[in-house]
Amino acid sequence: MPFRNTPETFGWVSIVLHWGVAIVVFALFGVGLYMVDLSYYHSLYQTLPHWHRSAGLLLSAVVLLRLTWRFYSPPPEPLPSHSANDQRMAALAHWVMYLLLVGMFVSGYLMSTADGRGIKVFDWFQVPSVTGQVKNLEDWAGDLHYWLAWTLMGLVALHAAAAIKHHFVDRDSTLRRMLGLSRKD
Amino acid sequence: MIMNKTRMILAGGLMAAMTLSPVQADEHSGTYAFDREGQHQFIQFKIGHLGFSYLYGRFNDFDGEFVYDAGNPENSSVTVTIDTASVDSNHGERDRHLRSDDFLHVDEYPQATFKSTSVEMHSEEHATVTGDFTLRGVTREVDLDMKMVGHGDDPWGGYRMGFAGTTTLTLDDFGIPKDLGPSAQEVEIILSVEGVRQ
Repeated sequence: MPFRNTPETFGWVSIVLHWGVAIVVFALFGVGLYMVDLSYYHSLYQTLPHWHRSAGLLLSAVVLLRLTWRFYSPPPEPLPSHSANDQRMAALAHWVMYLLLVGMFVSGYLMSTADGRGIKVFDWFQVPSVTGQVKNLEDWAGDLHYWLAWTLMGLVALHAAAAIKHHFVDRDSTLRRMLGLSRKD
Repeated sequence: MIMNKTRMILAGGLMAAMTLSPVQADEHSGTYAFDREGQHQFIQFKIGHLGFSYLYGRFNDFDGEFVYDAGNPENSSVTVTIDTASVDSNHGERDRHLRSDDFLHVDEYPQATFKSTSVEMHSEEHATVTGDFTLRGVTREVDLDMKMVGHGDDPWGGYRMGFAGTTTLTLDDFGIPKDLGPSAQEVEIILSVEGVRQ
């Protein structure tokens, strides 16, 4: 497998970034929903939000790296079997997912730093607040974080459904080349 | 000429004041609006944390007024309207949690109100103010243990009077569902306000 993407297929850097980000996003979504309903006396009441914030901030750096890598090593050409409309819709979905990810990072960061406190990343380093204390910022940033998360998950479901459809119905290499498998055509 | 006129007016004013003062024994009666503009009004709350310490917070936005009857202080009354979303415990994520339906549910219940129904004087400064307190849509009778701190002319031409008092509420009484443990079943509310006579 090549290091960089080629016009035909994905290189391993893009593949690792794609699946790595996907796994962390799912984990953050699940933990995020779970942690806000913990009872006050649950032993993870403090720990899970701490991990969620830490992992989210680290992921933002990874996504930044991913976007940079995408610029240096653009994805392969769409499969010739895909219609022009499919290609447009797929590209739109990809970019909206990136945008939603960025929205998640920004809203999550703003919610947690709205009182001027920084965010400790796994007791490793601290990211300071840029806004300082802003009245009610945590409210709208928090609401945005919640709704962006669900929107992102909706789009991810669509993205995954499309990949599965291409694999099992169209029987093309859309999913295979993101898994690093050899192309069929 | 001008000097003389001024002196005459001053003297006249002084005489009028001297004549009136014995008659107006109730000179500090009246309606007083909370000094919201100058922020000489505080609603603080205090609640136990795990039994190890106390957490203090406040409501930043509220308004109110009281009517003071110097001749018969038991005729006095007070109303307070609190913007529940203004809760501030100096921690953004906690404040967001306090505004959620686990606690104040501010989307549904944006206001809390207090309207006094009776005043019982214990001494010249000390009273129990009983009234209806509405929080999270639940109205209950509460007793405020109030003390008049002082009153008089302020240095800027107004007349002011201030009170401070406390009451204790049980969270469950007002339908607050979140359980913060045995040492946080009750919250102490501290109301400390200065009114400017209207």
